[in-house]
Amino acid sequence: MSVTQTTPISPEVAADHGLTLEEYARIQTILGRDPNITELGIFSVMWSEHCSYKSSRVHLRRLPTQGQHVVQGPGENAGVVDIGDGLCAVFKMESHNHPSFVEPFQGAATGVGGILRDIFTMGARPIAVLDSLRFGPIVPEQGAGSASAEDIAQNRRIFDGVVRGISFYGNCFGVPTVGGEVVFDSGYSRNPLVNVLALGIARRDELFFAKARGAGNPVIYVGAKTGRDGIHGASLLASAEFSEQSQQKRPNVQVGDPFMEKLLLEACLEAMRTGAVLAIQDMGAAGLTSSSSEMASRGGMGIEIDLARVPQRETGITPYEIMLSESQERMLLIAERGREAEVLRVFEKWGLDAVEIGRVTDDKKLRVLNRGVLEAEIPADAIAEQGPVYERPIAEPHRRAASPLIEFSARSTYTENFRRLLASPTVASKEWIYGQYDYQVRTNTRVVPGGGDAAVVRIKGTQRALALSTDGNGRWCQLNPRLGAMHAVAEAARNVACSGAQPVAATNCLNFGNPEKPEVMWQFREAIDGIAEACRELEVPITGGNVSFYNETLGRPIAPTPVLGVLGILEDAERALGMGFQQDGDAIVLLDAGKNSPSTEHTRRELSSSEYAKVIYGIESGDPPRIDLADEKKLVNCLVALANEGVVASAHDISDGGLAVTLAESGFVSESEGLAAQVDLPTAAPFEAELFGERGARAVVSARPDFVSRIAEIAAQYAVRAQQIGKVAPGEFRIQLNGQMAIRGSSESLRQVWKEAIQQALQPQ
Amino acid sequence: MKFGVVVFPGSNCDDDAYHAVGSILGQPVELLWHKSEQISGCDAIILPGGFAFGDYLRTGALARFSPVMQSVERFARRGGLVLGICNGFQILLESGLLPGAMLRNQGLRFLCRQVHLRVETTDTPFTVGAHEGQVLKMPIAHMAGNYFCDAPTLAGLEEHDQIILRYTAADGGTVDYSDPDANPNGSIAGIAAICNRERNVLGMMPHPERALEAGLGSVDGLVILNSMVQSLMQHAAASA
Repeated sequence: MSVTQTTPISPEVAADHGLTLEEYARIQTILGRDPNITELGIFSVMWSEHCSYKSSRVHLRRLPTQGQHVVQGPGENAGVVDIGDGLCAVFKMESHNHPSFVEPFQGAATGVGGILRDIFTMGARPIAVLDSLRFGPIVPEQGAGSASAEDIAQNRRIFDGVVRGISFYGNCFGVPTVGGEVVFDSGYSRNPLVNVLALGIARRDELFFAKARGAGNPVIYVGAKTGRDGIHGASLLASAEFSEQSQQKRPNVQVGDPFMEKLLLEACLEAMRTGAVLAIQDMGAAGLTSSSSEMASRGGMGIEIDLARVPQRETGITPYEIMLSESQERMLLIAERGREAEVLRVFEKWGLDAVEIGRVTDDKKLRVLNRGVLEAEIPADAIAEQGPVYERPIAEPHRRAASPLIEFSARSTYTENFRRLLASPTVASKEWIYGQYDYQVRTNTRVVPGGGDAAVVRIKGTQRALALSTDGNGRWCQLNPRLGAMHAVAEAARNVACSGAQPVAATNCLNFGNPEKPEVMWQFREAIDGIAEACRELEVPITGGNVSFYNETLGRPIAPTPVLGVLGILEDAERALGMGFQQDGDAIVLLDAGKNSPSTEHTRRELSSSEYAKVIYGIESGDPPRIDLADEKKLVNCLVALANEGVVASAHDISDGGLAVTLAESGFVSESEGLAAQVDLPTAAPFEAELFGERGARAVVSARPDFVSRIAEIAAQYAVRAQQIGKVAPGEFRIQLNGQMAIRGSSESLRQVWKEAIQQALQPQ
Repeated sequence: MKFGVVVFPGSNCDDDAYHAVGSILGQPVELLWHKSEQISGCDAIILPGGFAFGDYLRTGALARFSPVMQSVERFARRGGLVLGICNGFQILLESGLLPGAMLRNQGLRFLCRQVHLRVETTDTPFTVGAHEGQVLKMPIAHMAGNYFCDAPTLAGLEEHDQIILRYTAADGGTVDYSDPDANPNGSIAGIAAICNRERNVLGMMPHPERALEAGLGSVDGLVILNSMVQSLMQHAAASA
């Protein structure tokens, strides 16, 4: 049978599919003929940036992916690490940035749905979700890059829609949303970032992989019916820049049904337990096309499917549309011939469609039939693995004219500045957000959102718990992508260690502008090198992740924003640490594994890149703090040892907003209301830098006074300086430097400012 | 003594309830698929939280038609203990085992947080181990937990001592029910849990099964679940 011919493909049609002339010629070479329109569609989605990683692949190879705990690195639906007791953690992070701008609620909801399927398709039950979010400002800001009133209004709608979408999907599905981070910056107006990390647990001997096996085995379609929604959704929407017309792309956004996904989860896990399922993959981006061709390619097999058998939501859907639909909540699985009935019975129990739509073949081709007509016949490897790979040109951007640096100011303003910093949405409490997420379902959440530097979920049936943190700093990456990316890894690892867990592996979501711009590729290359170096040094290999390019609207790229998700193992869940002070009279100890800046000028440059400089002075310049990964590692190991020995009551790293914010937050989130830090520390640095500087390798712990000497001993073993700087006391928050009062205020009034800032920002004016 | 936990399509606190009874209370427990018409052998039934049938149409509106609900209703009419938690409470309202209805939270947002509850009466199998006025800390997690009923129904609930838990302040003091901090979802008269006239069917929006271990924030859910165990043991002893 020969492939059905459609109208000849014109260069315009190929270009509309996002294919270059060279790419189209390559398709002709692979096929030895012209593709028809369905085949063109298949190539176009599989070779899109989103699905093929054609611009990033050459760089991603430099990331470390091996490690003692790693069972499965990049290349499967998710990464897998061994966590002991015969169990594995299955986790991955993915972006849904573009859909979330076009349609915030559904964009974010289906972002959650997509990553959850990646987890349970491997046989793991999802037990936690974290969201790393970036929005444009929701309140007027200082500085030149500040957003217009119109942008602010739109940012609020996007923010609200994204939070509702995550809440809608995760809560109904029944996975706790346990953490993440949220940053507001004008660079993300009209280009929000929605990165979702999901974690699941599977038995090591019951993992499932997406590799087709055994010619003749049936290919079974399960889950929701196929509709016309989401055609070119993730693949093309996420593979081009935005323009004024982007809102017209709304029909390309998928629509999510978390109830359907919950049924799909239970049915898939139950079907897997029958032993009759050989391989399975979710239909995410590029839907039926990617799931069929990737399973075939990974298994070195072919797959033949008949579209007439695909459950369809409406009549008259063309083969092109069926192959490209990104309708949600669908899976493709391969069963053992002769045992189909066992699988089908499970899906029937859950009220889901499950239809045999084809079979595994041994000719390594993806063959698509429709009512006896051959609609497409393509070598599976060609679409899944042999897509174009580009070494895009790279050029370091011209340094912009030196922007002003911060001028250190007089002491009298510190408290007022501090209050303003606490009220800035990036620093303020995120309770308005996580209060809309069910963060306790499944009854494993040991450290709740806002309660600690990392989310901690215990693993039932074991003594252990897992800790997770997501981190990234776009402003620092804009100033220095390599250094900024290293900080992202270091901060995520530090946060995990603050909870008491040993960091063991990482996943990442790399959000960048248009890769066809040499400056963007330079940022990308630098960031990859930074991540690679930091992951190697901190021993957190990358097990998977996602690249999101084309984060640009109207030609303006976002700040490069690599987001790192680090996973840690806590041997004893009972030792999990939050950031909140526990007890009046406890000692406050500053742990510092790093070094101060060599000069005041350095200090000034570093403070100029801080959250403080941005919020108070509208300054975003200078350099990110210098980083010494060996120091970061010392601190991580020290924190883990302290938690293990049970000598600290709380731990909180120093990051956004510096020491002052760290000390304040530990009081704000304390179970005993009104507890605050009262500290006095010697410093040789300018006071502003000591209070608000964001140099890493530092954390603040609180402990019973009689444990302080033991803490000092342990810290010394790791070459970390431990210095008691004050105590926990009720009523007044107080920071003195060299005996002089720098910041003081009623802890309750400061807490109110911090707690209510986001809610107030969203109140109707 | 055996507990049954009903599993509807979309239930998502079924595993948690199962874990609570089996691993924390150490009592026999069985999952009951919504299509099963048999609940024989169970001495108490838990309708767990979640989104049964996706909460399509209305919360609980479809779940009440599941075959298992006929058995649950018969079981309840014969005096069996039925505890509906969150979505389970909504299903009990839809099935008519409890009076009133559930509206969306007054702020129209999903709410997940710890709340304080005052035990209004110990004269139920679900609170027999509590003391009157005791303050319990437990989490809520719902979109539609704004309990509502008409004035005569409310008067009836008050008269027959059917209001079991009310939202309160940390110290159990009187609160203004129009204040969202105190009465987060806007329930009429601050109602968090009610029982039927016969006192063997309880619906509650807070999650006792999430408050059984100190490491998870509270152990006050034990008061409710241990009361059930205590009541069942007394009942068994009495009928032995």
